[in-house]
Amino acid sequence: MTTTIAPSRTAQNPLTAGQLPPWAPWGLLGVSLLIGAAIAGLIAGASGSDFSVVIVGLVGFVLYLVSVTVVSQLIEGGRKAADRLVTGLVVGAFLLALIPLISLIVTVVVNGAARFDLQFFTWTMRNIVGEGGGVLHAIVGTVLVTLWAAIISVPVGIFTAIYLVEYGRGALAKAITFFVDVMTGIPSIVAGLFAYALFALFAGEGVRSGLGGAVALSLLMIPTVVRSTEEMLKLVPNDLREASLALGVPKWLTIAKVVLPTALAGIVTGVTLAIARVIGETAPLLIIAGFTTNMNYNVFDGRMMTLPVFAYNQYISPGVQEQAYFDRAWSAALVLILIVMILNIGARVIAHFFAPKSGR
Amino acid sequence: MTTAAPAAPRAAVTNRPADIVFKAVSTTAGVLILIALGGVALFLVVQAVPAIIGPIPEEEGANFWAWVWPLTFGTLWSALLAMVMAVPLAVAIALFITHYAPRKLAQFLGYLIDLLAAIPSVIYGLWGIAVLAPFFQPGYIWLAQNLGWLPLFSPPASGTGRTILTASIVLAVMVLPIITALCREIFLQTPRLNEEAALALGATRWEMIKMAVLPHGRSGIIASSILGLGRALGETMAVAMVLASSGVVSFVLIGSQNPSTIAANIALRFPEAHGITVNMLIGSGLVLFAITLLVNALSRWIIAKTTVDGGR
Amino acid sequence: MSKRIEINDLDIYYGAFKAVEGVSIDIEPRAVTAFIGPSGCGKSTVLRSLNRMHEVIAGAYVDGEVLLDGANLYGPGVDPVNVRRQIGMVFQRPNPFPTMTIRENVLAGVLLNNRRMSRSDQDDLVERSLRGANLWNEVKDRLGVPGSGLSGGQQQRLCIARAIAVSPDVLLMDEPCSALDPISTLAIEDLIEELKTEYTIVIVTHNMQQASRVSDKTAFFNIAGTGKPGKLIEFDETAKIFSNPSVQSTEDYVSGRFG
Repeated sequence: MTTTIAPSRTAQNPLTAGQLPPWAPWGLLGVSLLIGAAIAGLIAGASGSDFSVVIVGLVGFVLYLVSVTVVSQLIEGGRKAADRLVTGLVVGAFLLALIPLISLIVTVVVNGAARFDLQFFTWTMRNIVGEGGGVLHAIVGTVLVTLWAAIISVPVGIFTAIYLVEYGRGALAKAITFFVDVMTGIPSIVAGLFAYALFALFAGEGVRSGLGGAVALSLLMIPTVVRSTEEMLKLVPNDLREASLALGVPKWLTIAKVVLPTALAGIVTGVTLAIARVIGETAPLLIIAGFTTNMNYNVFDGRMMTLPVFAYNQYISPGVQEQAYFDRAWSAALVLILIVMILNIGARVIAHFFAPKSGR
Repeated sequence: MTTAAPAAPRAAVTNRPADIVFKAVSTTAGVLILIALGGVALFLVVQAVPAIIGPIPEEEGANFWAWVWPLTFGTLWSALLAMVMAVPLAVAIALFITHYAPRKLAQFLGYLIDLLAAIPSVIYGLWGIAVLAPFFQPGYIWLAQNLGWLPLFSPPASGTGRTILTASIVLAVMVLPIITALCREIFLQTPRLNEEAALALGATRWEMIKMAVLPHGRSGIIASSILGLGRALGETMAVAMVLASSGVVSFVLIGSQNPSTIAANIALRFPEAHGITVNMLIGSGLVLFAITLLVNALSRWIIAKTTVDGGR
Repeated sequence: MSKRIEINDLDIYYGAFKAVEGVSIDIEPRAVTAFIGPSGCGKSTVLRSLNRMHEVIAGAYVDGEVLLDGANLYGPGVDPVNVRRQIGMVFQRPNPFPTMTIRENVLAGVLLNNRRMSRSDQDDLVERSLRGANLWNEVKDRLGVPGSGLSGGQQQRLCIARAIAVSPDVLLMDEPCSALDPISTLAIEDLIEELKTEYTIVIVTHNMQQASRVSDKTAFFNIAGTGKPGKLIEFDETAKIFSNPSVQSTEDYVSGRFG
């Protein structure tokens, strides 16, 4: 909170008296980082290890917090010092959170580039030992399983939301709202176990199928679709429903042709985000879709490989020529991250450009 | 001015049955969700019962509960560690985005944090093994040498870095965006008047946050933390990949003997499981389901309580 | 085109709450009838009961009858959707459909009901309805732009065009000018004056000058206190209501002495 009003460099403004000049914190930060670098250099020299950027950051940050608090305490008083300390901590927390994000993306891109080639996208792992091979079967599997999950959960989710917003009254609506909340909390692995238990009833122990994976994923997807659609339907002004009803339009046509189109952009965004969320799910697919090295186009029968399971499997159980397996795992991770990012960005673009332009 | 609109064809209404059908379809969709959830509970119980009441293989343990206890412990312990790291960080980040960052940047910065939530867990697992574990391993050795007298850091340190602390750090990164997003929303709902009143009294930004933002958001922070906890409890792949587990009950953070978690244990063993083992694993899944249900219900209850109390 | 409405001893309930009690009014065709009264007196509720729009709120029902040229709107087997096709409504806030263009908004009653209509008939209907709402000259060159891009007053006239495009017998207006500026209000009032040659018009208004300007007959509603049902106090020629009402509370209200 600076109370500087029209700062003038030459004349002393009484409102800026007793304050640190604006460059002071930056100067302290620079000095702190320099000291941190010096210490890191000393440690590296003494122990013979590499120069550690971590030590620079850590020492520099702590030194900055201490020095800015002390200096501010002396010049500006305790209240201002506490404010500067907290500002430092809060900014530090944010920067800290960016480290894993950057590290993770850099790691995946660097390691994933190794096998990001044509063969990777056109081959399966059939009869591959060691180098070579590709993820075509896993991409097909992911697309099919996700597609079926969407086919199951989008209609159920949207119609449930319609029920809750347009029709729902009383105990049934309350129960559905409550259990949709419960559903959001189901761990993904439990969803996998459920799909297994369900399919084992018909197909016996050890059943594996792509459809089972789709059922498990829909269990995770439905609550997201219901929630986002519900929010969007609630945003549609009641005026529009009344205007349509007053024109003598039956309720179902009012919903289908006025309410849903008005909320469409938001619903599509929500569905896209829900797909982005489940497309990276590994645990349930590991259990019910299983893994295979072969192409399988049939979701109703047999094991079906998917991208996340592929990445997991390659990394966790490498064969001879370990590095080839690791490379494939990272490349699969890169493909997966790209898909998720494209879906996320796509969702935002849809939300931004296709929302009905409001004149109000 | 003759404005008689043309006689619009006033067809006999035949679409009233459509109204009934449409409502029926919507209702059915909702009821289907109830049936599906009932099915989840029923099928899991049916499959779990043989393991819970019957004998289990001797090498697994005396009975189901003796077998599932170390896993439950590991689940709770790792999630708790993750929360200790994630909650303060998430609150600070939410404050940064809502009250410190420049207005124009705030939305973008929030989106950056949201990106963390979009990354699939299997990739966190890969990253945890390949980057995080080797990165922290020297630190663990240092801790064991210098703080080894603390029970948490008692030596020997892990040689791979794939300890419960590493797994918890990965979990913390994964739940961070969830808690941050909720806290952000709550902080943004702080009544503007309260904030301005505090600032008008000459409060610094931190004093304003202490006086207006945090008291208003307290129960929201708790609720979002518990929601994050529910997520951490159920997270599977990151733990399954990062953690080198041996199924012990131990509070040591940096050792090579680590407790496993229910979810990770299922993921690791299910592909090769058959017979009673399948029933045992499903039984443990049921335990996990019950725990997360409890945790989520608690969080919903807190949220509901505060919205009824009104504060906004 | 224009039909008479008879309200006979109408009670309106929301669940257990009795919102309106014992209303009987004869609404003349080809005339403007205004409903006035303090907030919460039930005038809007009565208006909405005339095309069964109040049923949108769960638990609402009526006791009594509303006759449209002798046919009871609340008779057994009457479809509220059919009622609304014959009795159009214009709302307090202009509410054009944001996903539709100006043209589509006018055609909404046709399009939303999945009715087929040839392109030239549609063009005819759009032009006639927009002319009827005094909007044609302002928008004829941009029929393809979203209706929500118009000014508030234009939006409200678009909503009127949309209502008359389904050729109703009656037009209900629920405070149609309360969200508009004085100039737009004047435009709507002029429009009402023209529309009454074709339609039975019922208007709810908070603005007593407006009631005295546009209406032929006026009904004054009042409420004894919160939680009590609203009642019709007096119904007469507008001139009489505003100059020489027969009930004291009407005079208090129209002269601004209402507590």
